Amino acid sequence: MNYSPTAALGQFIRRFTRMGKQYGVEWWILVAGAIVILGVVSMAMFATVIAPYNPYDQDTGPQLSPPDSEHLMGTDNLQRDVFSRIIFGARTILGVAILAAILSSILGISMGLISGYAGGGFDKVFSLVMDSIYSFPGLILAIAFAAMLEPGVTNISIAVAVIYIPTYFRLVRGQTLTIKQELYVEAARAIGAPGSTILAKYIFPNVIATTAVVFTMNVADAIMTEAALTYLGLGLPPSVVDWGMDLAMGKKFLPSGQWWLITFPGAMISLLAVGFTMLGEGLSEILNPRLLEK
Amino acid sequence: MKNLLRYIIGRTLLTIPMLFVLLSIVFVVVRVMPGDPVSAMLGGHAPEKVIEQKKEELGLNRPLIVQYGRYLLQICRLDLGDSMIFKQSVMSTLRDKLPATVELTFFAMLICLAVGIPFGAYAADKRRSAQDYGIRLYGIVIYCIPVYWLGLMLQMIFGVWLDIFPIAGRTGARMFSSTFDRTGLYILDTIVAGNVEALGDVLIHLVLPCVTLGLVLSGIFIRLTRANMLDVLKADYILAAEARGIHHRRVVYKHALLNAFVPILTMMGLQVAILMAGAVLTETTFSWPGMGRLLLERIYLRDYPTIQGVIVIFAVIVALISLVVDVIYAFIDPRLRY
Amino acid sequence: MNSNILEIENLTVHFPIYIGTVRAVENVTLEIKQGEVMGLVGESGCGKSTLGFSILRLLRPPGLIAGGQIRYHGNDIVRMDEQELLAIRGKRIAMIFQDPLTSLNPLFRVGDQFIETIQTHENGVSNKEAVERAADMLKRLGIAPDRLYEYPHQMSGGMRQRIMIGIALVLNPDLLLADEPTTSLDVIVEAQFLDLLNELREQFNLTILLISHNIGIVAQMADRVTVMYGGRLAETGKAEALFADPRHPYTQGLLASIPNIKLDQPKLHSMPGAPPDLVDPPSGCVFHPRCPYVMDKCRGEIPPSFNDQDHQTACWLYG
Repeated sequence: MNYSPTAALGQFIRRFTRMGKQYGVEWWILVAGAIVILGVVSMAMFATVIAPYNPYDQDTGPQLSPPDSEHLMGTDNLQRDVFSRIIFGARTILGVAILAAILSSILGISMGLISGYAGGGFDKVFSLVMDSIYSFPGLILAIAFAAMLEPGVTNISIAVAVIYIPTYFRLVRGQTLTIKQELYVEAARAIGAPGSTILAKYIFPNVIATTAVVFTMNVADAIMTEAALTYLGLGLPPSVVDWGMDLAMGKKFLPSGQWWLITFPGAMISLLAVGFTMLGEGLSEILNPRLLEK
Repeated sequence: MKNLLRYIIGRTLLTIPMLFVLLSIVFVVVRVMPGDPVSAMLGGHAPEKVIEQKKEELGLNRPLIVQYGRYLLQICRLDLGDSMIFKQSVMSTLRDKLPATVELTFFAMLICLAVGIPFGAYAADKRRSAQDYGIRLYGIVIYCIPVYWLGLMLQMIFGVWLDIFPIAGRTGARMFSSTFDRTGLYILDTIVAGNVEALGDVLIHLVLPCVTLGLVLSGIFIRLTRANMLDVLKADYILAAEARGIHHRRVVYKHALLNAFVPILTMMGLQVAILMAGAVLTETTFSWPGMGRLLLERIYLRDYPTIQGVIVIFAVIVALISLVVDVIYAFIDPRLRY
Repeated sequence: MNSNILEIENLTVHFPIYIGTVRAVENVTLEIKQGEVMGLVGESGCGKSTLGFSILRLLRPPGLIAGGQIRYHGNDIVRMDEQELLAIRGKRIAMIFQDPLTSLNPLFRVGDQFIETIQTHENGVSNKEAVERAADMLKRLGIAPDRLYEYPHQMSGGMRQRIMIGIALVLNPDLLLADEPTTSLDVIVEAQFLDLLNELREQFNLTILLISHNIGIVAQMADRVTVMYGGRLAETGKAEALFADPRHPYTQGLLASIPNIKLDQPKLHSMPGAPPDLVDPPSGCVFHPRCPYVMDKCRGEIPPSFNDQDHQTACWLYG
């Protein structure tokens, strides 16, 4: 056995391409999505190192100048460097989207588990509430929440999180109901295992795989919702660097043709959302392969 | 026919508890959230007594339960209160703005279906081919493009650079006339008034917003149609039809697509919610005087009764459309009838 | 001597999937004579249905015909262009399937499905004419013509099966391919169906390829029988000869496995082993791992079909 780093890399690459051959296109879609995400995340993490200017600096160059060698993406009306704002904006959008997704999933999954397991009237009421929220336009609900709460990162994350809780709830509740009927759960109950143990040991692990896929799609959607809210001027104060807000600001200069103010923020939002979506699609196929068809 | 009626009644009854839950949520959100609407409205520096007086006026100092009861009763009487800012009842404001949203969403949906369904069927037919992957990629990407960004880009390209389409509003300034406001649906109004020039103007204003919203939503329908078609194409009756020598294209686009359309229709009920959300963003981008833009305007102005009214209407619309779609579904699929 | 209506020569059908290639049908040669009923039997997965589908090139992807010829009146179906193929399907060679409920489009009325078939193949037939022909067909099948206005789910299973035959025969084809036609029917309906099939066979001068894993109905109906195993042809010959004197060890095992109510059988006969893996089939004779008479030669070489008075057996015992 050869343990040198080059050999290890070689093995990794071989394993990598073998997965590709086995799963076909879906694996590469997943990889593509992962690369995009890693790229943006790195950009966010190393923002202070990569960004040529401070995103708040209002004196970096001429006002409203198009992209050139000094300012890769041009400058805005407050003479700030757009490229740096794009780089720092990644932090905001990723932070909010992931925080919202985590909140949603924790609440939605736990409520789904409990409601599905408990059953009865409690379950019926909860399901009704969740179904109602689910069928309502999510963005509008988020707008309502964001409008009523003080602008801030935590609050906007809450506003975004609320609309996805029903998705997790429905998924987990459905699976809980099915698994609840399984023989091994009955057996566990017969030997006196308390509900919490059953939930934790039997039901939860089964639910994890599908929720992982939903989580990635959730993040993709949360990204879109966050950007939509800030575009509408809700959720975050102007002091935060954010792609959606920059879009809203750039909109004013559209008739005068300053295209760089709109193009770059919008493209980044799309790119990030596509990245997470591709990750989700690839993951979904790999975890639930549909062999001969498709 | 009796079965259909029974189904309709049953389904309608189901809508009521859902509506109830939604209305309650709206109430909670608008009232229980931190922040005092009255002091915000009065500028934040008004003396205590003025605030108290205003609250008394609006009935905001009664216990919450009482407010809740009054709220529900008012809704049953189709009374959504009056705007806190303007001297207008919420209902009449909504009546002004609703047709604009209806026109926008209707045509956007048409474009969405016209693009989404054929492409989805085509992709399913040519699965695993380059066309299939290309169409699926388009479907994913277009849905991930923020609708307002697409709107802005289209405005920039077609409105500013090429100057073909207008970038705001429903009509050009000089066209505006009170003869338009019979139904509020400008297309109908201009046709009824026989004014071809005005009709043209209205249509040209419709293009960019509807195409924007329609294209973004088409992404979902492509994936939906493709998935349903793949299932249907596996069915025995498709094989049997091919065995009878029926041309492949006819088998796919008549036999298969019609069967796939039925589950797509049910999905459309869910998509209405996304359509509404998209409409809000499209309206703000194109200065389209509809309910979406109204919502945002009043949020900035802190006009709580109107905000509440708009959200209530959205809830009612979504519930109604979902009901209608389910009924149509029962109508089309003979298996549910007999 | 009757002429051959269909000649299958060295037909090979593969399904390339991600774990390998499934060799569903391997080098099968067989003839169907004009006017006869040919029974095609074998257990699930032996390739008989796949063979049936390949005749009209109805294989679903990833299935493909990897080699061989299927000659219909001399013309090779495998190499025909699409137009010729469409002209044959439904009009010269028709096919009926296992489950009549799922074989009929649930959204269309039964009559429409008839009309479509007629109008697809014969230009200039008016709707009225087509309806008349369909009504005629129904009468022959013992169904009231006004049933044409119903939907498939409104009918019973047996009636749907008759409708399916009706649509298949409305254009008077020469050859009918029946893939497991009675599997979804209960025994009484099955008997009625077989009677009907016999009647129709005379009326329409039909040649029938009856594919089934139910040896019983094949024994009732077939003039000649072909047995398949592991994608290959095991034995073929006249029905009486094959049932009276099965030659291939697999056929022997198959027939011996049928429980006989008249015998006192404390333990039912079964063949040891399991059906072969079609992705990685055994070397030589595909049946050799389970054969009670296996010889060294069987492990190494694939046996050809040995003919003896029109009774062919693919087994080295007869070489």
